[in-house]
Amino acid sequence: MSAADAISVRAVREPTRSPVVARIVIYGLLLFFAAIYLLPLIVMVMTSLKPLPEITGGNMFAPPHDLTFAAWAEAWGTTCVGLTCEGIKGYFWNSIKMVVPAVLISTLLGALNGYVLTKWRFPGHKLVFGLMLFSCFIPFQSVLIPMAVILGKLGAIGVALQDATGFTFGFGNPTVNLVIVHVVYGLGFTTLFFRNYYEAFPTELIKAAQIDGAGFFQIFRRILIPNSGPIFIVTVIYQFTNIWNDFLFGSTFAAGDQSPMTVALNNVVNTSTGVIEYNVNMAAAIIAAGPTLFVYVVAGRYFVRGLMAGAVKG
Amino acid sequence: MAFLEISALRKRFGAVEILKGIDLSLDKGGFLVLVGPSGCGKSTLLNTIAGLESISSGTISVDGDPINDLHPSKRDIAMVFQSYALYPNMTVAQNMAFGMEMRGVPKAERDKAVADVAQTLQITPLLARRPSQLSGGQRQRVAMGRALVRQPRVFLFDEPLSNLDAKLRVDMRIEIKRLHQATGTTIVYVTHDQIEAMTLATRIAVLKDGELQQVGSPYEVYNTPANLFVADFMGSPSMNLLQGTITRDGGAPQIVLPRKDHPPLVLEAPPGADASRLLDGAKVIFGIRPEAVNDPDSIDKNARSVATFDANVEIVEPAGSDTFVVTHIAGKEVTARMRADTDVRPGKNHKFAFNLDKALLFDPATTKRI
Repeated sequence: MSAADAISVRAVREPTRSPVVARIVIYGLLLFFAAIYLLPLIVMVMTSLKPLPEITGGNMFAPPHDLTFAAWAEAWGTTCVGLTCEGIKGYFWNSIKMVVPAVLISTLLGALNGYVLTKWRFPGHKLVFGLMLFSCFIPFQSVLIPMAVILGKLGAIGVALQDATGFTFGFGNPTVNLVIVHVVYGLGFTTLFFRNYYEAFPTELIKAAQIDGAGFFQIFRRILIPNSGPIFIVTVIYQFTNIWNDFLFGSTFAAGDQSPMTVALNNVVNTSTGVIEYNVNMAAAIIAAGPTLFVYVVAGRYFVRGLMAGAVKG
Repeated sequence: MAFLEISALRKRFGAVEILKGIDLSLDKGGFLVLVGPSGCGKSTLLNTIAGLESISSGTISVDGDPINDLHPSKRDIAMVFQSYALYPNMTVAQNMAFGMEMRGVPKAERDKAVADVAQTLQITPLLARRPSQLSGGQRQRVAMGRALVRQPRVFLFDEPLSNLDAKLRVDMRIEIKRLHQATGTTIVYVTHDQIEAMTLATRIAVLKDGELQQVGSPYEVYNTPANLFVADFMGSPSMNLLQGTITRDGGAPQIVLPRKDHPPLVLEAPPGADASRLLDGAKVIFGIRPEAVNDPDSIDKNARSVATFDANVEIVEPAGSDTFVVTHIAGKEVTARMRADTDVRPGKNHKFAFNLDKALLFDPATTKRI
């Protein structure tokens, strides 16, 4: 056995005891931080399941003594949001009606943009992409007033249409307005996602489809979209989370019973009259966070996979 | 008029001219191979025939109809891509039927055509699979099936074998040749592999820097290359090219190849070259293929003109069927292709022979063959 062998053997044998210690430290730290991050959620869930006297008189960290779902029912159906006392259910549906079309439209348009910017390049395509990328960095607040002006004009068209035909065709409707705002604002991000994904998409497939006689939209629908699963999931999760959680646009462009969930939650929690019903507030907050949590739990593993997809061509 | 006619075709990308006036023609049922080094414009030329690239000037016509302004789908061509370009989301059968589906061919007819072609290519058991479930060779076969199923007027192949391993490549090469012989289709095939070009083509077009160097049968291109580039590019190992001078001391022109440790080699002018007008002292490049360099016992018995000489063996490369022997003359490497059982050892002196019937002369100034 040479000297070099002796050294390497010792180097291997030496740390055999320390991996156990290292494991304990690693898992200990992980558990500690997991507990810290989970604590607010645990407190929320426990509080929402307690009757009010138990909350005001007891320990925040104690498990519920008299388990009750009354706070959930109240939050959903009867709690007061501003002046009306019909719970948050109406606002929950407001949000769904706004989020689903906004996510679908912005994702599809982003896919179309990505397709054009990579496979049907035109002079100046880099500038167009640069400008779209720039839109990702514009702060929400700075577009509020121009957006309000445009939405006001659309509202005027709605009134004119109402007078002429009896229908507004959605012009001036707060939900439609929010869909427009979120599509416009989300387009930069969705375009960025899809452009980067399609950049790595083999151009020979497009050429083969052209020779096979497929047109612009046929190639998009039959070749590109069926092969865009991962990036669709990434974009949908991203857009869904952002639009569902938006408060600024919701509170600016939709009022009263047309507000989305986030605005209603604020109105529930920030009530200035009566006793603060912590259990109802917690239940309402969990309901408000529910859909995004659900989307992430169901599609989360595709999210990570999708983000990786463009990185390594396989 | 030939079936496929390309005349005065030019292609510019901005200020850079990629194709500099290409004139080519191919008869119906012919197999034209475009060959050349990377960046010579051969793939661009194929793409202009396909319609995937527009042309700057010139015409391309098939069967008398100009097609250069038509959309790719209207040209009645099919293309096999280097990466196969199979649609990953469709089964093999759907892949093959996609072109017909886009053209509105009824389903029953599509299914029949796919089944027929699948039979020919022996891919019937694969029809329900997706491309990701196929091996490289199977993908290649499906890509060919997708092209065949539409029965187009012209087939285009863009380096279809370069993604396959060596053995499979030889198998698929034979398969393509068999397919061509069986179906009599008109094929334009791009490759950088001169062996593929030699074995498959009925006509070879050698390109360099966007210009045609030579067009002809594989035999012509191999045995009578138009210039030094073609001579060097075609054949493996490549042709031995040696610098020499003409001497007219004995009346008839002779070629002198200077050597370092030996007296210079004086050779008769090869019968294949017209040396009569070369002046005394003119510089020439003497070209001879490795198979025309051998030991004196094995040289072609019917050769009219043979020159023998001694040289030091530097490297011996046994290739199984042949042995390649490398030596030096006039400061240049010379490779000889000898019998596999030839007794040569590196470092030893050996007798070599040139079969001058097969030798060629080139003008170093113009690079053209004399």
